[in-house]
Amino acid sequence: MPDVHSLVNEFVIKLQKRQIEGSKTTAKLTAELLRSFISQLRLPHSNQAGALIDAVKEVGEKLITAKPVELAVGNVVRRVLHIIREEDLSITNAAVGGLNLASESDDDDGNDEYDHPVLSASAVAAAARSALRPPSLQTLLDDMPHSAANPHTSSSGGDSEGKSKSADSLRRKLKHDVIEAVNELIQEISTCHEQIAEQAVEHIHHNEVILTLGSSQTVKEFLLAAKEKNRSFRVFVAEGAPRYQGHAFAKELASSGLQTTVITDSAVFAMISHVNMVIVGAHAVMANGGVIAPVGLNMVALAAKRHAVPFVVLAGVHKLCPLYPHNPEVLLNELKSPSELLDFGEFSDCLDFGSGSGSPLIHVVNPAFDYVPPDLVSLFITDTGGHNPSYIYRLIADFYSPDDLVVRRKSAS
Amino acid sequence: MVRHQCACKILQPTNTSPDTIAGGGCFDAEETGRKTIGGCMKDSGEDRCSGKGRCGNCGGKTAGTFGPCVLSQLSQSGVEMKGWTESKFLLSCNKNPLCWVTELHHPGEGGKTAGGNSANTTKSAKPAPQKKDNSSVAASERKGGDRQTDKDRKKDVPHPRMQFDDENRVEKAKKRSVVKQAEARNRVELFRHLPQYEHGARLTDLESKFFQLGPVHPAVYKVGFRYLTGDISGGNARCIAMLQAFQESIKDYSTPPEKTLIRDLTSKINCYVSFLIECRPLSISMGNAIRFLKRRITSLPLNLSESEAITSLVSDIDRFINEKIILADNVIVKHAVTKIRDGDVLLTYASSSAVEMLLLHAHELGKRFRVVIVDSRPKLEGKMLLRRLVGKGISCTYTHINAVSYVMHEVTRVFLGASSVLANGTVYSRVGTACVAMVAHQFRVPVLICCEAYKFHERVQLDSICCNELGDAEMVSRVTGREDINSLDGWTSSENLQPLNLLYDATPSDYVSMIITDYGMIPPTSVPVIVREYGREYLLI
Repeated sequence: MPDVHSLVNEFVIKLQKRQIEGSKTTAKLTAELLRSFISQLRLPHSNQAGALIDAVKEVGEKLITAKPVELAVGNVVRRVLHIIREEDLSITNAAVGGLNLASESDDDDGNDEYDHPVLSASAVAAAARSALRPPSLQTLLDDMPHSAANPHTSSSGGDSEGKSKSADSLRRKLKHDVIEAVNELIQEISTCHEQIAEQAVEHIHHNEVILTLGSSQTVKEFLLAAKEKNRSFRVFVAEGAPRYQGHAFAKELASSGLQTTVITDSAVFAMISHVNMVIVGAHAVMANGGVIAPVGLNMVALAAKRHAVPFVVLAGVHKLCPLYPHNPEVLLNELKSPSELLDFGEFSDCLDFGSGSGSPLIHVVNPAFDYVPPDLVSLFITDTGGHNPSYIYRLIADFYSPDDLVVRRKSAS
Repeated sequence: MVRHQCACKILQPTNTSPDTIAGGGCFDAEETGRKTIGGCMKDSGEDRCSGKGRCGNCGGKTAGTFGPCVLSQLSQSGVEMKGWTESKFLLSCNKNPLCWVTELHHPGEGGKTAGGNSANTTKSAKPAPQKKDNSSVAASERKGGDRQTDKDRKKDVPHPRMQFDDENRVEKAKKRSVVKQAEARNRVELFRHLPQYEHGARLTDLESKFFQLGPVHPAVYKVGFRYLTGDISGGNARCIAMLQAFQESIKDYSTPPEKTLIRDLTSKINCYVSFLIECRPLSISMGNAIRFLKRRITSLPLNLSESEAITSLVSDIDRFINEKIILADNVIVKHAVTKIRDGDVLLTYASSSAVEMLLLHAHELGKRFRVVIVDSRPKLEGKMLLRRLVGKGISCTYTHINAVSYVMHEVTRVFLGASSVLANGTVYSRVGTACVAMVAHQFRVPVLICCEAYKFHERVQLDSICCNELGDAEMVSRVTGREDINSLDGWTSSENLQPLNLLYDATPSDYVSMIITDYGMIPPTSVPVIVREYGREYLLI
């Protein structure tokens, strides 16, 4: 549909031009885009799930390549794919269950009675297979649509009208279920802060000193929730050069009544011996438990480890990425403009690598992200509760399917 | 006999009887039995107790140190001490070893006091607050090297610095101060013990006082002013500027009548030092230089004429600057340059004069290497280093301290400067040095500290909080060059918000691979050895 495609292209352009910032916003917009995409999709009669998955993969690949560093986009695409597979599976299971029920009722045709056990057995076997070995959904997809179609066709009692009616209802059911689930996903993304903030009271006690760097919406709500419950604590905010978001963050915290001290990033090691806990947000959490975080947090994590201060990372589940990082400092990093560090004016001849004028060259490094390895992180707090870094890989299986790790359109297969 | 209680409560009788007199006096061997009232200032008519006494005999100020039980000493020296019981200890005068102040109970008369002899001043079992003002630190440090060895040992224990969370001391210091200090608002609780004043007010106040500062020599005033504005910064630069200012003032010095050169000059130097402290707290290198100067002054032979003494002091200062700073830097560079190989990537943090000399020298020798300069707010000293290195033709990489984990993987050596190295091997240096050393240690990159030996100190420190310097908080809230970042404007109105501008931090010794000094390349554990072996050298120059 041209409408949807133009929406997709618009979104891609916005991503490329970095007009959308922040993983939560990006995730929400991606989910909404995919929802409108799916609702406008016309599905064939058979192998609906497969078709749906292919179509979403195609769009997803476009979105991911628009901004590879923004892992939230890929996360949401993979979540939607997983949702599709799951909904398909549950519909099949429901159909199987429906078959069993139907076989017991007296209103059925004799034909059905005769046919059902055979088909239901195969359907049941297929469903059982899928339940026992979730990874082999591949095989399931090849078998299931047929077996899914058969029981329905048989349950219609051999009536062709009934057949088409139920096929329609099945088709609509899948799309309907998927869209419902995507709505739930969007809801989950929007409310992740509240879920995380609810756990604040367990972790923050009286007279604690908390250190944070830069600015994070999740951390802010976390701290304010603890404040609501009348826990009195102090916060040290490191300013987070070169964006200096720590300044605005500290102002907000102070205006809500928390004792806040703004320190420079260089003073982190000096102050951390007097800190009880380090609480930070993340840009993305990788499958090994490593964190892609705003620049400077690796230094903070090392200092915290040295002084045995717990390093707590708050992350919504939409930030959880099923990929394992390889050389993340380079591959999952963005280098930003040197103008944030240096004025171009005074060093203009040195910064121009193409001039060849013989003046010495200045290379300005301004990365946006840092990689914190999992052994430096004490705890992850997500909307599903608190987890150890070593548990993250297991969470992946709840939210993602292993077939979706590489989001690439199946080429003519 | 007037009977009243000492208001300072140091000489409070333990049984809190109101009849005890706080008193004391001089006990000359010839004047056996003579007692003059001294001790607490209250006796002498001042309405404020300083905690120190004034010797009733010679009028000298007592230092507030306590002495041992005097009863036995008195009876040994033949004084009639029947019936006296000793309940407290002594305050003793610095000047005259025979002067002391004590409090003894006489059970019969309900509290007369007697004088006693005190040859030694060792600390009592109950440690009294030893917090001294900076001027008296100088005075007591100048007790002279001609006392017994145990006194020498005790003297080597560094005196605690003035603690600013003690209200009394702060009040007294304020009354004595030349520069009006306005305490900064929104002070951080953790740093109550450090002075934090509002920067801008001090500047204008000092400017207006230029023609009124009688006791302060104009050269010293100029230097103090430059410290306040941040014009001179860096351990070596500040030390050299201060010594040269002292040189000027010594050249212009003439002894006033009825005063001895040594004492008067020392008190003048003390006065200058307190002025400089009010402008900006002393760095450890400056403290060592002042100690050297005072020792030279006190060890001047008494038979020298004034002009000879002055020329001797002036040349001493020149020698100190030359040997301990300039030549020391040359030696350090010569040693350190052997650690740079072709193809190295060297990382340095902020701006250190020794490291800069090293890099320029290595470049002149023709070694091929790259430099990574790590910089941080609020001083952004790395930018100036970058300018100077680029001006000399060295290719550099420039980054901010948050990105140090990103660049560290390609670095082969880290060279850092230091403001001081303490006796437990801790490196006391610009804030952020500890972060850089920690990340370098994580990446297994050797960290080399270039520090002249005169900056070593026998103090020890474990963390960066107990002793530090607080800079202007305004510099944290305002980001120069980025006017769009103005969220912290008006932070003074919010009582929950405090910007903190730490200037120094303490790097633990296990992050440091080697310290390069003018005595050679040593591990951090050898620093107290150098202090012990070569610290006496000051006296022999």
